[in-house]
Amino acid sequence: MNSPLAIIGNGRAIDRALVPELPLDEFQQTILNGVEHGQRVVQLFGSLDLEVVQLYLVLADDRQSTLRLARTRLSGDSFPSLTPRCTQVHLFEREIAEQFGIRAEGHPWFKPVRFHRSFRPGHDAWNRPDNQPIVAGVMDFYRVDGEQVHEVAVGPVHAGVIEPGHFRFQCDGEDVLHLEISLGYQHRGVERAMIGGPNARSIHYAETLAGDMTIGHAMAYCQVFEALAHCQKTPRAQTLRGIALELERLANHVGDLGALAGDVGFLPTASFCGRIRGDFLNMTASLCGNRFGRGMIRPGGVGFDLDATIVPDLLKRLDTAERDCKSVIDLLWNAQSVMARFEDIGRVSQEVAMELGLVGPAARACGLQRDVRNDHPSGIFRFVQIPVSTWESGDVFARTYLRWLEMQHSIHFINEQLRALPAGDVRSDVNPVAPSQIAISLIEGWRGELCHLALTDAAGKFERYKIVDPSFHNWAGLALAMRNQQISDFPLCNKSFNLSYCGHDL
Amino acid sequence: MFDILLARHHQGHRTMEYPDGPPPALPERFRGKPTIDASKCPDGCAKCADACPTQAITITDKPRIDLGRCLFCTDCMNACPEGAIRYTREYRLAVHRRQDLVIDPDHEIKLAAELDGKLKRLFGRSLKLRQVSAGGCNACELDVNVLNTIGWDLSRFGIQFVASPRHADGLLIAGAVSENMKLALQKTYDAVPSPKIVIAVGACAIGGGPYIDHPEIHNGAGGIVPIDLFIPGCPPHPLTILDGLLRLVGKIEGTRASETTKTP
Repeated sequence: MNSPLAIIGNGRAIDRALVPELPLDEFQQTILNGVEHGQRVVQLFGSLDLEVVQLYLVLADDRQSTLRLARTRLSGDSFPSLTPRCTQVHLFEREIAEQFGIRAEGHPWFKPVRFHRSFRPGHDAWNRPDNQPIVAGVMDFYRVDGEQVHEVAVGPVHAGVIEPGHFRFQCDGEDVLHLEISLGYQHRGVERAMIGGPNARSIHYAETLAGDMTIGHAMAYCQVFEALAHCQKTPRAQTLRGIALELERLANHVGDLGALAGDVGFLPTASFCGRIRGDFLNMTASLCGNRFGRGMIRPGGVGFDLDATIVPDLLKRLDTAERDCKSVIDLLWNAQSVMARFEDIGRVSQEVAMELGLVGPAARACGLQRDVRNDHPSGIFRFVQIPVSTWESGDVFARTYLRWLEMQHSIHFINEQLRALPAGDVRSDVNPVAPSQIAISLIEGWRGELCHLALTDAAGKFERYKIVDPSFHNWAGLALAMRNQQISDFPLCNKSFNLSYCGHDL
Repeated sequence: MFDILLARHHQGHRTMEYPDGPPPALPERFRGKPTIDASKCPDGCAKCADACPTQAITITDKPRIDLGRCLFCTDCMNACPEGAIRYTREYRLAVHRRQDLVIDPDHEIKLAAELDGKLKRLFGRSLKLRQVSAGGCNACELDVNVLNTIGWDLSRFGIQFVASPRHADGLLIAGAVSENMKLALQKTYDAVPSPKIVIAVGACAIGGGPYIDHPEIHNGAGGIVPIDLFIPGCPPHPLTILDGLLRLVGKIEGTRASETTKTP
């Protein structure tokens, strides 16, 4: 049984009415069929349509470069969970439950995601009373019993200068039997606040969803906006966006390589990579005045043009940074003490990665060919292809080495683009946002696929704005990577994923 | 081993001379302290205030900018038809009191002075901080971390981040303080032995940042713990953060009597 779905491309909008409404069982069967055929669930979320909750589905068909849409109308406050038959939807179903007070019956892991009140007053999936506070981290954690078994609880405040999250390890001696991750501490209500936009704050929300993916999220937002406003970007603007996106990837990847070296006590690479990260951030600051790229990406194009005088300077700095990278990163692969700690630690199999729907470097390190720049290209990536790097082993080494492979491609890309910058304006006029549309945008941020989706109402305002950060897909990957590993390897495994708390918590 | 030494030679010595030498070069397009040239403002114009995403600009008798709310974006500048707003290259922005962040054409920013008396004796040569991240975007944390890289080498000033509040002399807070982090922040503060200091870094920790007035957050840390140093920005440049920290411990010039910035 194949239900008709609406099919659109990345960065496109269609009339909301064209998204077929299916009965719930058919809607769920569509998910199962799609996933069985290698499609991925990129969005599955609730939206309130006069008191009735509708579920929207976006499946990505990476081979066809298409996004397939359907919706269903829920009656009552529950539906049968699909998670036992399709792991990919596990967190989506929990999110729907938390946001709309809809229970996913039979969900094997039915717990809050971000610890906030439901968007529908009086409807709570866990029947928590309105007059009692919801406390982050207070939930039923999975527990293992046994004479030698002990529990280690860490966070929300961690030992380093990092974001808050709570981790519970069930350990047998040094070995981790299970890790459960409970987040939500960074929840600041961005999806709710996006409703009624676009307005003066919208772009700033996008830029601060995850500070280290400012460019990625701002691009995803602008692509949604531009699809809704039927706005064409100039070639120069698209090229500059691509350069900014790859600079962001470089800064974060080299920073991660340094941090991974630091976690195994290999100081030469650790200390030098930390500094080189700054060199890439400062290149971004040369573009727009801010090291994280604030102000660079704006609806209709970019906020800053590149003066002809900056180009030779940037090329020179890129060249220096590349040589600096080579001199210290290759040390890692030649140091036995490093490789002994990287190889065969925190392994995720390709099957598990498929099942969880991992994205980005975490997926590619398991041998999955998954990269939005290649599978659903938009902007400059429709004209310039960056080869997809993969590695097979799925361990800390794979996630580390992959970053270096990707960095080399990004450096090459920026080099080429800076030498062949198209002439012209960098910002086009934007029209008002069209009413009653649905628009989707995917961007391959440095952590992986980020997806923004907007539903506009009859007045052309955001009725629902849905954000999926790559970390939403990937936190479960870290939990599974820790199975049967030593607890002392947790910092290393964690760093090899380097996921975002704020991007997950929104 | 030989490769490591070669790499060491290739990379060279990188720790900056600042504050004994000049500060590191800031990017050409760096946005430091904003200024409004009120003489250019036509009567009744409030386009900058209307464009500001966080209502950092108020116009009554004269335009005022609240640096505690400012995201240092370009929205006001782009909205101004008269070209009255510009960002200077002034990176020194840290102050002691929240109200000192509100600037107008007649009042320059009153920079933080060093700790006085007993606190200076206690913390002037060794300041251990616990960082708490509480409902932000992690950019402030990242640029705080940068101070630990070899270029900045924060520990040469006796300032270090420690793993436990019990080992700390104070807190450095980033984030708007989400409802979900309020309790953890309070407990972390309580766990720091007295006397203690609190530093708020970034627009979120000072006033809520882009999330001002969301019910999910508490508009910054000020309503929950007393704050001794405010470092504005979104995020502040590492140099702005370092300048603030060094002011507090009296390790740069001009911190005895509190300074005001001059617009360059």
